[in-house]
Amino acid sequence: MAARFLHNKTAVATVTIVLVIAIIGIFAPFIAPNDPFKADIMNKYAPYSAQYPLGTDNLGRCILSRLIYGIRPTLGLAVLTMLGTLGLGGLMGLLAGYFRGMTEEIIMRVVDVMLSFPSQIMVFAVVALLGINVQNVILANVFIKWAWYARMIRTGVMQYRDKNFIQFSRCIGTPERFILIRHLMPSIASDLVVLASLDIGWAIINISTLSFLGLGVQAPTPEWGAMLNEAKNVLTSNPTQMIAPGIAIVVLVSAFNLMGDALRDILDPKEVNA
Amino acid sequence: MLEVKNVDVSFRSERQTRIFGTDRTQVLHDISIKVDKGSCLGILGESGSGKSTLGRVMCGLLKPDRGEVYIQGKPVYESRAGKKQLQQSLSIVFQDYTTSANPRFRVRDILKEGIMAYERKLGKKVGQETEYEDLLKTVGLDSSFLMRYPHELSGGQLQRICIARAVACRPEIILFDEAISSLDAHTQVQVMDLLKELKEKLSLTYIFITHDLTSVTYICDNVMFLYKGRITEYLPVSRISESKDTYAKQLLNSIIVYEDEMTA
Repeated sequence: MAARFLHNKTAVATVTIVLVIAIIGIFAPFIAPNDPFKADIMNKYAPYSAQYPLGTDNLGRCILSRLIYGIRPTLGLAVLTMLGTLGLGGLMGLLAGYFRGMTEEIIMRVVDVMLSFPSQIMVFAVVALLGINVQNVILANVFIKWAWYARMIRTGVMQYRDKNFIQFSRCIGTPERFILIRHLMPSIASDLVVLASLDIGWAIINISTLSFLGLGVQAPTPEWGAMLNEAKNVLTSNPTQMIAPGIAIVVLVSAFNLMGDALRDILDPKEVNA
Repeated sequence: MLEVKNVDVSFRSERQTRIFGTDRTQVLHDISIKVDKGSCLGILGESGSGKSTLGRVMCGLLKPDRGEVYIQGKPVYESRAGKKQLQQSLSIVFQDYTTSANPRFRVRDILKEGIMAYERKLGKKVGQETEYEDLLKTVGLDSSFLMRYPHELSGGQLQRICIARAVACRPEIILFDEAISSLDAHTQVQVMDLLKELKEKLSLTYIFITHDLTSVTYICDNVMFLYKGRITEYLPVSRISESKDTYAKQLLNSIIVYEDEMTA
């Protein structure tokens, strides 16, 4: 597994990018050159300089420092969203696919209802209902996204539950726990990882979008989407303001998308030494 | 040892006459058989005769509409104890070896699942490492196979691994659901010799589900013909030529014709 991972250049590169970004975010206080909250109104929209490597924003705050501190909400919230989605969707999907019958009927009808709403509108509705708050944004994202995973995992489970190796396990009385964890989970994990790493990009963009609209992370907390939102106001006079957060989002989201493709290749056992 | 009594099985039909129709197609009609310890029963029948369904009923995976399966006198579908008894004493080898083993498991993990079943039965751990080698040796493979994935094995090798896994649970009965039909003639003979040897060594009981008469005559003591879900004939292999069943006759004839062609 490790050898196969190291052989895949895309996987190594993208995982490195994501890890480096995450580490920078974790150690933000030691890396950031300035205080991200310190406003210096006399020095607003400053050009690139030694003291402010990426210039300053509309309140004269260091953009690089804000970018570095912004990793925490951007990446952290996205990962949290995906964990919640995977957990809820995975559990529901496994239950529906493995036990069938009434359990499946109830879960899948709820899923059908969830899938019939346009996702963005649902997020707005949930956030509007529960109030503008970061927790609510995550809740809303998990709430609309789990149904996709439940349905996909159920399909995966159904595809494998009648395979002979599971029939054998059931025949000789292997505990259900072993069948679910050792047989079913790894079998559907490769599809799941691909979808999850693609969707983490979606989550980042979604959180950024909500912040951009002023519904997510609130000022003065630095967040990439919120930074773009502030930069938008001076689109014509200071267009360079958008470059830094814009590129940062593109790089992170692309890294996750490429990582999804690479991980699928790695997790397929038949790709050995290919 | 294993007894099937008055079993009926039906499935809901795909094509219904009414929208919410509940028409069912009956695939097994009043099947009763008895398998004695140490014997080998062959279940013969053409495609769609209900052989595999009967196999699924016997290994406890499909609850029949009517009737019951008994293992050493205990009902399998009625009581938990009977089910547990069946799980501990019956093992299975499938026809399609490509899906018989989890493609993400190494040979070692595949065998480990069987050994785990044996450990559950025993209630304690067994000497692990030599166990794997012994198992591989019983099916004529060496320990270099332990770290391989299923797709790195040939069909015959993988089917041997499946047999080793079935043997690893230390069952009393092994059910072969067309287990050798998908192998080529040469490997079939090898595997059947292996099975004969194992049967002697471990005093096993075999149930062979197949449509291949030659393999039945080679290994089985008794043979049962299944036609459209009904038992049409049940007799010892030695008297198979006396069979009055039309399907059995057809099968026998086809072999004789084949041999005539060979000598001609």
